[in-house]
Amino acid sequence: MNHPKDLKYTESHEWIRAENDGTLTIGITDHAQEALGDLVFIELPELGRKLAAEEACCVVESVKAASDVYAPVAGEVVAVNSAVVETPADLNKDPYAAWLIRIKPAAKFDPAKLLDAATYEKGLA
Amino acid sequence: MRQTPLHPAHRAAGAKLVDFAGWEMPLHYGSQLEEHHAVRRDAGMFDTSHMLAIDVEGTAAREFLRRALANDVARLTAPGKALYSCLLDEAGGVLDDLIAYFLRDDLFRVIVNAGTAGKDLRWLESLRAGGVTLRSRRDLAMIAVQGPKAREKTWQALPGLEAASAPLGAFYGAQAGDTFIARTGYTGEDGFELLLPAARATEAWQRLAAAGVRPCGLGARDTLRLEAGMNLYGQDMDESVTPFEAGLGWSVVLDGARDFVGKAALQAKKPVRGLTGLVLSGRGGVLRAHQKVHAANGAGEITSGGFSPTLERSIALARLPAGTAPGARVAVEVRDKKLEARVVKPPFVRHGKSLIPES
Repeated sequence: MNHPKDLKYTESHEWIRAENDGTLTIGITDHAQEALGDLVFIELPELGRKLAAEEACCVVESVKAASDVYAPVAGEVVAVNSAVVETPADLNKDPYAAWLIRIKPAAKFDPAKLLDAATYEKGLA
Repeated sequence: MRQTPLHPAHRAAGAKLVDFAGWEMPLHYGSQLEEHHAVRRDAGMFDTSHMLAIDVEGTAAREFLRRALANDVARLTAPGKALYSCLLDEAGGVLDDLIAYFLRDDLFRVIVNAGTAGKDLRWLESLRAGGVTLRSRRDLAMIAVQGPKAREKTWQALPGLEAASAPLGAFYGAQAGDTFIARTGYTGEDGFELLLPAARATEAWQRLAAAGVRPCGLGARDTLRLEAGMNLYGQDMDESVTPFEAGLGWSVVLDGARDFVGKAALQAKKPVRGLTGLVLSGRGGVLRAHQKVHAANGAGEITSGGFSPTLERSIALARLPAGTAPGARVAVEVRDKKLEARVVKPPFVRHGKSLIPES
């Protein structure tokens, strides 16, 4: 399974990429898409919504089941990837290109509080 | 967990294996959606060896099944003809649903679900009288080959079956050497179900695969049968409902002098609920089993729901108060929202085509 080293991860199977402008891009991991199976429905939050850390903010639903996506840190939704709502299968094809939301963290982002790829993968074993 | 004779083939093909009624079965071999489309557009195959064939033998076989089943095997007069029926308890509750094949005057073959097989055998044994024996056929493997190209690809892979199966009409089966081949299935497509000696199953599976028949798992089997408006035992019906409450009234023969297990109970109570189809009006979510449904004349529940790959929208079967007619609008509680759905008469899809009227 593919979990790029330049990303951060959560135990609830989100990946997080810190962008140069200070925002965080969030998606679901390769493990998550594999476990869910073919995705058929995605619901994204409204732009501008303020999220608490670990708040459910997206729904990803596969042929098998619905699953929530959680905000890794508190922040405001500054962008959503509407394209994946039309073609949820993009998350199966490339879960790192098919991002879900971008948030502006409420406090300074500390990457050390999230998992690195090796630690995330160890948790899957 | 129990394993079918095809288990090593599934493992070698990289199947994702799951527990289904105590059997370790393929859920998919990579993509459930692609497997679904293969059956609608070309040909796919399913290992159904976890289901059980029971041979009902003896001079009283027909009389025994006329009493045991809610449908009437007296309708079966041509050898090879099959009949769908519910198996009921005395209260009219559905113990299982099954297919019965009439093979000879003294031989019927009944195919029952995996999860209920043991219970069914004990129940049938308890009803059995003289002149009948029941034989469990765990020596047979079962492969369902389904799709518009299923028949020609089956003959390409297993040429010995063509002569016996080419003349078969829908819902007929025939013996071809050591293989029983029937034009039946659980997908709403044309195709065959094969029953063959377990030792020969892997070779047949591999020949079918080489002829371009795509292995499909239980995931695609579920979305295909849902689109085809077919019930899944344990999900859309069980002992707590009658066939009339499960959309299966068409399979019950109440007329005439024939008595069968559950008949008196069915005659005594008027069904207050029925099973109907739902199509989600928008794209705000996915209908799932156990979601609550609000209709004009009362509340009900979804029994099976999901995303229809053929229609690219969400569909469901729901148990609703009797009298909820096609065309009615209902509200479904989907997670934290109430979404509108339209009542339709199943099936949703047949032979690759939508049967859903435009809004």
